[in-house]
Amino acid sequence: MELRNKDFSAEPIVLEIKDLVVEVGSKSVLPPILKGISFDIRHGETVCLVGESGSGKSVTSLATMGLLPKDALKVRGGEIRLKGENLVTLSPGQMKQRRARDLAMIFQEPMTALNPVLKVGAQIMEVLDLHTRLSASEKRAKVIDIMEQVHLPDVERIFESYPHQLSGGQRQRIMIAMALILEPALLIADEPTTALDVTTQKQILSLIAELQEKHGTAVLFITHDMGVVAEIADRVCVMRHGEILETGTIRQVLEEPRHDYTKKLLSAVPSLIPREPRPDAGATPVLVTKDLGKTYRSGGFLAKKSEVRASYGVNFDLSPGRTLGIVGESGSGKTTVARSIMRLIEPTEGQILLEGDDIAHLSTSAMKPKRKKLQVVFQDPFRSLNPRWTIARSLTEGPLNYGVPYAEAIAEAKRLLQIVSLPEDALKRYPHQFSGGQRQRIAIARAVMLRPDVLVADEAVSALDVSVQAQVLDLLDELQRQTGIAIIFITHDLRVAAQICDEVLVMKRGEVVEQGPAGQVLHAPQHEYTRALINAAPGRFWDFAAHKPLVA
Amino acid sequence: MLTYILKRILSVIPVLFLVSVFVFLMLRLTPGDPAAILAGDNATPETLERIRDAMGLNEPLLTQYVKWIGGILHGDFGTSLISSVPVLDLVSQRVGPSISLAVLTIIIAICVAIPMGVIAAWKHRTWVDYLVMSFSVLGFSVPVFLVGYVLLLIFSVKLGWLPPQGFKPLSAGIAPFMERAILPALTLASIYIALIARMTRAAMLDVLNEDYIRTARAKGVGDRRLLFVHALKNAAVPIATIVGAGFALLISGVVVTETIFNIPGIGRLTVDAVLARDYPVIQALILLTATLYVAVNLLIDLSYSLFDPRIRY
Repeated sequence: MELRNKDFSAEPIVLEIKDLVVEVGSKSVLPPILKGISFDIRHGETVCLVGESGSGKSVTSLATMGLLPKDALKVRGGEIRLKGENLVTLSPGQMKQRRARDLAMIFQEPMTALNPVLKVGAQIMEVLDLHTRLSASEKRAKVIDIMEQVHLPDVERIFESYPHQLSGGQRQRIMIAMALILEPALLIADEPTTALDVTTQKQILSLIAELQEKHGTAVLFITHDMGVVAEIADRVCVMRHGEILETGTIRQVLEEPRHDYTKKLLSAVPSLIPREPRPDAGATPVLVTKDLGKTYRSGGFLAKKSEVRASYGVNFDLSPGRTLGIVGESGSGKTTVARSIMRLIEPTEGQILLEGDDIAHLSTSAMKPKRKKLQVVFQDPFRSLNPRWTIARSLTEGPLNYGVPYAEAIAEAKRLLQIVSLPEDALKRYPHQFSGGQRQRIAIARAVMLRPDVLVADEAVSALDVSVQAQVLDLLDELQRQTGIAIIFITHDLRVAAQICDEVLVMKRGEVVEQGPAGQVLHAPQHEYTRALINAAPGRFWDFAAHKPLVA
Repeated sequence: MLTYILKRILSVIPVLFLVSVFVFLMLRLTPGDPAAILAGDNATPETLERIRDAMGLNEPLLTQYVKWIGGILHGDFGTSLISSVPVLDLVSQRVGPSISLAVLTIIIAICVAIPMGVIAAWKHRTWVDYLVMSFSVLGFSVPVFLVGYVLLLIFSVKLGWLPPQGFKPLSAGIAPFMERAILPALTLASIYIALIARMTRAAMLDVLNEDYIRTARAKGVGDRRLLFVHALKNAAVPIATIVGAGFALLISGVVVTETIFNIPGIGRLTVDAVLARDYPVIQALILLTATLYVAVNLLIDLSYSLFDPRIRY
């Protein structure tokens, strides 16, 4: 695999955006969301818009589709020309005609982008109902054909399925089929693989590339993931705060980034090469699991009994100051393991030894004194803090529950806010007044308020931008060095695992398939599945921080 | 699906048992004596006692209860203490008008409220939305009897278009039925229109923010199709819940309306029976309402799977 390197200068321009300005509301006093951006995409070319949240990349795509939220955002100036025609001046009715026929879009979240109460076949067919006058059998044939082109298995059955009966990857294929059935000149893909597992992501990326080749579609690809950019882009536009800072071919941007921000973005991409192993002090493990497992049973009276083995045979020991990574795709059972250890659920098999005591089956009241030794940071910082509580209340709730006097708790909260680099007046504020990264740091501060021995971080950096992600990882690292806390780090992202973990445990369908020191597992994987995971990591052939290909 | 329905029907039995015990005890613990009402003001204590004996009111409570339940199991709900007519006849005469009125009311409410709610959600925060919402507040806050009398005043007294009172069953023909049922149905519907329109609007607002609505727009779907094909079916579950609950409430809550429009329905029967302490009638009516509630709830739950393929029983 290497960077794309094709010359498109002879191809006709499909999309041309000139000085596009998008503003908030009608009489706005805020600075514009897009401050006059310009770029173009040629026939068959893929242009990646790269940037962190709030950079305006999604607004660009929605403006092009004419789908900006009514009243909230407005195009104030500039042109969006599709095959020469300025879309900005079209009436809503005319724009409706263009959508799906001349330009189409696929979205980030395949789980929610399809209507859950309509069959997927009918949803694809709807595009034809709206834009063509084919007979019913011609339409059906065309739908079946595009479903085959996106390599869906068992097309006749899937045609009659509802979205919830399909996997995430299959749903995204349906979305792609829906977008490309009328062979639009322009396809806009807004983070189309972000919500998917790496192995599925790889398949979807190559599917988009394949169909693009076949139909000569111009693709506007929006992503925050430099790895994905390296795989798919012909040209790259780096965006920040509604401006395009740098444009160039993929090779130019990755090898000789001109703008400081681009350099910063690239160096924030965690490397797939595991960090130097830290010496194991050989301290007594604080947490040990023995054959830990959880089987969900349902049914019973009058209904069929069924069993799901969410996880089984999990064995590890974790010493103070060490980090254990649990890596796997969705459905692998990694979160079940985390919940069992936290005793948010009761495991059905095995033992969990916390400082030598088995907590696997403790009652709620017997568990209470143990709880403060185990704390957790969740994935979504936007939903894991109570929006109606001040930060002070969220932070002190735990210690107050354990009988710590308020003055002492609040003093500790202030100290920790300093450690997570937030101002002291943050205590009086509410979660919505902070950014995602700040909230996640608050969540970490909350977790360590009780001075736990073990911190479970469940996809704690997955929802964050790379630069913020790097900060949060650094914060965890520093906390660990200061307090000697043991961390269980649950992630689907091998790059992150490589940077933070001492040991790694790879899970697949509830089973631990490989386990060992991070360097060994990630550098010389033994199990086929681990190898498949590493192979699927996007942009694995490129060393982003060093601006050059990775020599294996 | 079938086992689910079976289970739900079986689970009705303990519910009805508890209701029967509760009703039975409540009636006997509250003051008031049917014998005294029947005997009149001038009855001697002996007469009173004789009447009580004849009514079976002097037997121990447990015996009374077992006799009553035993009768029900044989299809015998007893006879009215006051009119000596079998309770079953009394109730079945009255069920027809009440049910037909309730059904008409719900149909009117649905036909008016759902489009209102959908349009209010579509035109969110415009004058259309505010108008619908103001109407809805009005529907909630104006008492039923006021709406009823105002409608009577306008359409019967002033305009003389409709007969003011009375009832003709559907079997007498659609026109005579509608002529007399439309005003009471509109009266009753006002509050349900308010309720269902609000619910529809709220459910639609939620759904309109969903990703698949954006997807539909990206396909070039127009507003009408977007609202009524893509959004409404997704919003249907909460709407169905409120419609069902409304229907169940209607059956038992038509007293005032039936009184205003002089309709011989369940509502008035209940009032009369309570005033006369006619125990068997009250008990039968309450059991009937409880059964209806449970049945309507089961139907609502089953209807969910029509709207949402993810719900399977």
